[in-house]
Parts: sequence; C-alpha cells; structure tokens
Amino acid sequence: MTDFGTASAAEIASAVSAGRVGAHAVTSTVLERIARLDGRVNSFTDVVSERALARADALDAARARGEALGPLAGVPFAVKNLFDVAGLPTRAGSKINRERAPAERDATLIARLEAADAILVGALNMGEYAYDFTGENLHDGPTRNPHDLGHMSGGSSGGSGGAIAAGLVPLVLGSDTNGSIRVPSALCGCFGLKPTYGRLSRGGTFPFVGSLDHLGPMARSVEDLALAFDAMQGPDPADPVVADRGIEPTAPTVDSGIGGLRVAVAGGYFARSGDPEAFEAVRTLASALGCERTVDIPEAARARASAYLITAAEGATLHLDRLRERGGDFDPAVRDRLIAGAVMPAPFVERAQRFRRWYRAAVLDLFREVDVILAPATPCRAPRLGQKTFVLDGVELPVRANLGIFTQPISFIGLPVVAVPVWPDDGLPLGVQIIAAPWREEVALRVARHLEREGLVRAPVAKLD
Amino acid sequence: MPTETRPEFDPEAYLQAGLGLLDLTIEPNWAPAIVANLKVLQAAAALVGGFALPDEAEAAPVYEA
Repeated sequence: MTDFGTASAAEIASAVSAGRVGAHAVTSTVLERIARLDGRVNSFTDVVSERALARADALDAARARGEALGPLAGVPFAVKNLFDVAGLPTRAGSKINRERAPAERDATLIARLEAADAILVGALNMGEYAYDFTGENLHDGPTRNPHDLGHMSGGSSGGSGGAIAAGLVPLVLGSDTNGSIRVPSALCGCFGLKPTYGRLSRGGTFPFVGSLDHLGPMARSVEDLALAFDAMQGPDPADPVVADRGIEPTAPTVDSGIGGLRVAVAGGYFARSGDPEAFEAVRTLASALGCERTVDIPEAARARASAYLITAAEGATLHLDRLRERGGDFDPAVRDRLIAGAVMPAPFVERAQRFRRWYRAAVLDLFREVDVILAPATPCRAPRLGQKTFVLDGVELPVRANLGIFTQPISFIGLPVVAVPVWPDDGLPLGVQIIAAPWREEVALRVARHLEREGLVRAPVAKLD
Repeated sequence: MPTETRPEFDPEAYLQAGLGLLDLTIEPNWAPAIVANLKVLQAAAALVGGFALPDEAEAAPVYEA
C-alpha cells in the first residue's frame, strides 16, 4: 500500500486523480510528517497548513463534481523562502526582509504549480540572500542533512534539499545562481533541475544576481522533475529575462531512452580539485552510458572567476542601501563579501561580462559534437556542519566559496543541468551534473531517467522515524 | 628625470577610500574579512583579465542562451 507521506508526485497525482485517495488525506499526512520530523532537519521556515487544507478540500470537491484534475493533482510542494507567498513576508533567508509587508500574491511559479492542482504547504530555509553554498543560516539555524544530521545540506537551497531528502514533500522549488540547486541536490541525494537561463519565470521572487539567477524544481524522481518543469514553463511579463517560447513538454519523452545521444565527460578543470570519489561517480555513470569520450570545457577556471566577480558586484549593488542602513543585521559571511563587491572597480565586472560572451561561443561549439556532458556537482560529500575549510588537491580552501567550483562555470552561461545523486557506499551521496545545450532540458532529463531506471542514481528518503 | 611608478595595491587603504565614495560605514572589526574578500576578487579579476579578448566581445549582462 502506498505511503502518501513519502510517495512521489506522480504517484500522488495519479491516486488523487483516480479517487484512490483524497487530496485532504494526502495533505494532512504530509503536514503531520512535517510537524513530527522537521524539528530535526530544520528545512521549513513557514508551514501554511490552513491554506493547504483549504486548497485540498477545494480539489476534493472539484473531483466529486466530476471535474478532471490537473497533472499535479494533490501534490504537496514547498518553496525556498525567496518566493513570494501571499500573506508572508519574503524573507530570502535574511533578518532584514522579514520586516517587509506580507506578499500580496504568490510568485508566478507557485501560481503555475497550483494551476496544475499542486498544493503549497510552506516555505523553506535558505542561506541569507542566496549568497551561500552551505545551507547554514545565521538567523534560522542550519538545515541539517537528513542522511546524516551532523552534516551540511548544501545551499543556498538548503531547506529545499533537506525537505526532499527527509521525505517531507515530494516536490520543492529552489533557486540557482551559481549552483544553489545542484549543490544541495548533490549533498542531500536529490534530483535537481536547473533549467536554461530564461526558461522559467522569476516573477515574484527576491533576486540575487539578475544576470545569473535561475529557478527550478528538486524531487526524488526524474519523472517528478519533468512533470513540475512542464507545468511551470511559458513566458511571463513579470520577468524581463524569461524567453518568449512556448511550452516544450519533457514528461512525454522522459522515458524514451538515450538512443542516439552523444555523451562526453568533462575533463581538465572538472577532473581535478576534488575527492577521487567525486570523479569516480562521474566515471561510473559515463560507463553505464557507454561513454568513452572526454571533452575540455575551455577556460572553465576563468568562467568560474567571472561568475564570482559578477555575483559580488551585482549582489552588492542590489543590497547597497541595506548595507548602508542595516549592515549589522546581515550574516557577516554574506555582508563582508557584498561590501568587497561594492567597492570593486567596474572594469573587473565588465571584463567578466565580456569574457562571458567568448566563453558562451566556445562552449556552444562543443555541443556541435556532443549532446550531453557529465561533470561532478561538488568536489566532495557533505562537509560537517560548521566546517569552515576543506582540502582539495592538497590546498586548504574555504568551504562556503568552493563547494560550487564545478557548478559555477556551467550556470555562468545558463546551460540546463540535471543533478543526479550517486551513492558510492552506505554513507552520504555525491552528485553528478548532466549538462545539455541551451533549451535541451529534455535531453538531460532523458539521460537522468535512463540512469535512474538502471538503478545507478536514486533519491531515497532518509531514515528519520 | 621622472620615472614611472605603480604603487603597490593597499587593500586596506583602497577599502577605506571606497567606503567613503559609496557612503558606506562599517564597524572596524569587519574590515579584515572585507579586505580578505577584496583580495579574492583581485585574484579572480587578474585571472579573467589575463585572457585576451577581441574588441568585438560584447558584454553579456542579460544573457539569452
């Protein structure tokens, strides 16, 4: 018998649509599970029980009237707390923003998931203003890794990764500027989709770095990623960057296999400065895909450095007034980087943006010869909570800035990526990035689904009961 | 005869000048961490700046993939 507290989104939607279970029953089960278990993980900052149950009752009533329900019927979901949720201040992980007036309406992507009959149950912890790879929040406490509570969830979408791995909801939304979906997906053992830059609307979300910000889903199955992604696509006047493209569904083809796809492993930059097991995870998946080819993503170190500079400058500009007036209310780890970014000379940033043009063309050339590139998501498994440094290739480096060394050069030019979880042993997981050409999310999802079907990647619920 | 000089970069002095320019005030104990971050940004900029770009390489602040 299906446990709807930990079932997949697809299972729940199928059961609710067919009347095998009511949306109210599913929602109640999920809310009870959050209340019982999240004190140990600390993934939720807000639970909107009343709203969720009212929405569930409305869905059950609609079905009783004979109305067809949407593709995410009765699926509970939660969002990183930088998404506007009507009635809540959009705190974006900060102390300062929680003094804002409550949002008047939901973010675009929440509205789209609810239009597909999903049910919002709450908002999730995150690193302050999304400038984070650890999942540690000074004001709300860290999200702990559900698979080992003494370890980091990864960030900045740490609550998103924690909620999925703890089995609190089957679907969450996160944001990814430099790796903030892919890093927690890797450390918590989840599937995460960072779509093409400009694919999903950022309308109604608190920004970080406008020229790098992406939103996307995280889940425990590839099918659930595809279902959610499909429900959220489409233009939106509320986001000046979102592309004027029609919906390109991925769920219908996600199970169509990998026939004809050309797969390569990223070498060079992506094959050093990490634990050997991070590269072994990539090789394992490459072997299963019949891949023997290695490609060099050119100048990836400069791409990462450019993303680092643009992030510091744009983030600082966004927060300059708050830094002037409320500097003491920031997390110092965020504030100190922002102030350094604020005083940085303009040519540092403009040069990085010009390099981006060159790098985009160089990487797109690679996709003439391959369809998918594999690379590690993080250089190591989840560090311990509070850990400040780690050693990569014999060099001691700050954890906070370096967990994203393999994700930053990819999001820098907006390529779509599915992060898939690999479990080398009984310990914590690692993640691998499945990277595709712009607008080819469908290809990355097909490869991820093939690996999932072969049993090589999976996202189990952590044992917290 | 005048000789060309390039002063050594002094991040502490640069920070203080930048704070004045931007009308930003900091607590004295924030400065060491900000300076450390400034040095990281300087190194990143040196890496990026070391790559020769054609004049036609137009900045891509809002990026369409």
